[in-house]
Amino acid sequence: MKLHEYQSKTIFAKFGIPIPKGRVATTATEARQIAEELGGRVVVKSQVLVGGRGKAGGIRLAKTPKEAEELATQILGMVIKGLPVRKVLIDEAANIEQEIYLGITNDRAARRPVIMASAAGGVDIEEVARVSPEKIIKVHIDPLLGLRDFQSRDIAASIDLARDCWKEFTKISLNLWRAYSENDATLAEINPLVITKDRRLVAVDGKMLIDDNSLFRHSDLAEMRDLDEEVFSETEARKYGLSFIKLDGQIGCMVNGAGLAMTTMDIVKIFKGDPANFLDIGGGANADKVAAAFRIILSDKNVKVILINIFGGITRCDEVAKGILVALEEVKPNIPMVVRLVGTNSEEGIRLLADAKMITASTLADAAQKSVLASQGILEM
Amino acid sequence: MSILINKKTRLLVQGITGNEGMFHTEQMHSYGTNVVAGVTPGKGGEWVLNDKVPVFDSVRMAVQATEANTSVIFVPARFAPDAIYEAADAGIPFIVCITEGIPVQEMMRVREYLDQKHVRLLGPNCPGVLTPGESKVGIIPGEIALAGNIGVVSRSGTLTYEVLYALKLVGLGASTCVGIGGDPINGTSFIDCLDMFEADPHTEKIVMIGEIGGTDEEKAAQFIASHLTKPVVSFIAGQTAPPGKRMGHAGAIIEGGSGTAADKIIALEKAGVKVAKHPEEIPLLLR
Repeated sequence: MKLHEYQSKTIFAKFGIPIPKGRVATTATEARQIAEELGGRVVVKSQVLVGGRGKAGGIRLAKTPKEAEELATQILGMVIKGLPVRKVLIDEAANIEQEIYLGITNDRAARRPVIMASAAGGVDIEEVARVSPEKIIKVHIDPLLGLRDFQSRDIAASIDLARDCWKEFTKISLNLWRAYSENDATLAEINPLVITKDRRLVAVDGKMLIDDNSLFRHSDLAEMRDLDEEVFSETEARKYGLSFIKLDGQIGCMVNGAGLAMTTMDIVKIFKGDPANFLDIGGGANADKVAAAFRIILSDKNVKVILINIFGGITRCDEVAKGILVALEEVKPNIPMVVRLVGTNSEEGIRLLADAKMITASTLADAAQKSVLASQGILEM
Repeated sequence: MSILINKKTRLLVQGITGNEGMFHTEQMHSYGTNVVAGVTPGKGGEWVLNDKVPVFDSVRMAVQATEANTSVIFVPARFAPDAIYEAADAGIPFIVCITEGIPVQEMMRVREYLDQKHVRLLGPNCPGVLTPGESKVGIIPGEIALAGNIGVVSRSGTLTYEVLYALKLVGLGASTCVGIGGDPINGTSFIDCLDMFEADPHTEKIVMIGEIGGTDEEKAAQFIASHLTKPVVSFIAGQTAPPGKRMGHAGAIIEGGSGTAADKIIALEKAGVKVAKHPEEIPLLLR
């Protein structure tokens, strides 16, 4: 789960990391009021969950409260990478001497967290990593020990940080580690961490990603989820415990198991079709879940056919077929459906679905091919 | 012959009195697995499975009484890390964790601890391991696979069942089938399994089923090129997956351009592995 900049910085502040004074506004008038309170130069920053806000013109400096209002009007009307800007953060502008990068993420291959720092902060760090990787210092963190003081001193020295800033830098990096580990983050990033003209360190921008699997123990973070920034069908799917991702094609897919769901999409593509979604209905044959899956797939008007691919293992195909029949009573889709049931009790399952006017398929390839033909109106039941 | 489990496996089930635990204990028992004990804290002294299997309050007590040498975990995500620590602490050398949804930072700590104790973990978020005709630990449906000479290793669940079933339809069987799980941090890797299959005299060919996310398939490709004499056939799921999205499995995500199916397929083909376009092609490539 992605957090907004303002949410990430609120967490940073809780963990003792200095952030600029500022607040979120949803209207231009509010933006001016906040700028007045802050008394002087402010930065108006769009709050949307995508990268490249600055390049898109979504982060601007205002010299007066009046200018802050004007800029907020502009920015609140913007759409950045498909997402309308609904909130702006009004932050006191910092007097920047130097900008550094500081971030912690999981290094999957090393199976440990890694802290990264660079004197080349304030810019796209992935770009720095690509063009001049030697400018980024990486230190792995022992997951049982956590980040140690000596490691952050070593980093400070390695990025040639001025010595008068070491103490503050060490404190900030240890606090960032605490914010990262105590919130089950998969990324906690300060970019830039600014050294001001009066030699203070301030986290001017912040970004956090939270491990979805940890939200059961972080109800405060779970509440921060911004549903405005999500595709409606994905939010809806989560309610029913379905794993769903919307894509742009015409062939709706309903599959049990994540690996098989990906494979089904792949094979549709091999037969020159385009999947409309990824959907894993999980184990069991719960009719409510299947009905929800049908509704979610059908809410996409691009969908021309539904491909149901079920491998019966522990959950037998006849049970799944019964679930599908109950769900069909409720939802009544009016587009063609291709169904493939394989594995335990598949014959019984197929027999149960005989009256449901579905196109049946035996192999994966057969199912994909028939779905593509049905989506083009060439194959009907 | 087989890897990881066989007739000598003495299985302990953690979370045996829960719905999942009870159901799969019955399945494993009827498949022929030697289930010797169960653990549910607070239910020690009870018996399950028609009074055949004793339940203990802790893994330590269960191991002392029954000499269990393998544990399978069916407890919810919030309790699963503790269950793994408990099994390792009681001296169980091989732990299979079926549970899905363990936070990734928690798994990094678990893995670090297990490495220090030299304990092998399979999973989490995995279907377990099946040696057809001998034993199964986990949830892989036994009847869909024949016994044979093909070692199967996979990050997936139902996709693996598809492959086992496709093999069965043409009369091919598995020596052992291992599901290593769909999480970004797990216990047993592709390389561990490839190494064990190479050493197993009854495994003649290997099927490796990977998916997008991480670089384990690329590392496996290097290992195959330098260490394996047995032929490997592979399939990689997620060729049409969009970047930045988690495809059901916590580990199935293309991040910063890394972890794509295309990269993995190139690496595997370079190592001399035949990569199937779709799973139904696997039996043909094994001929």
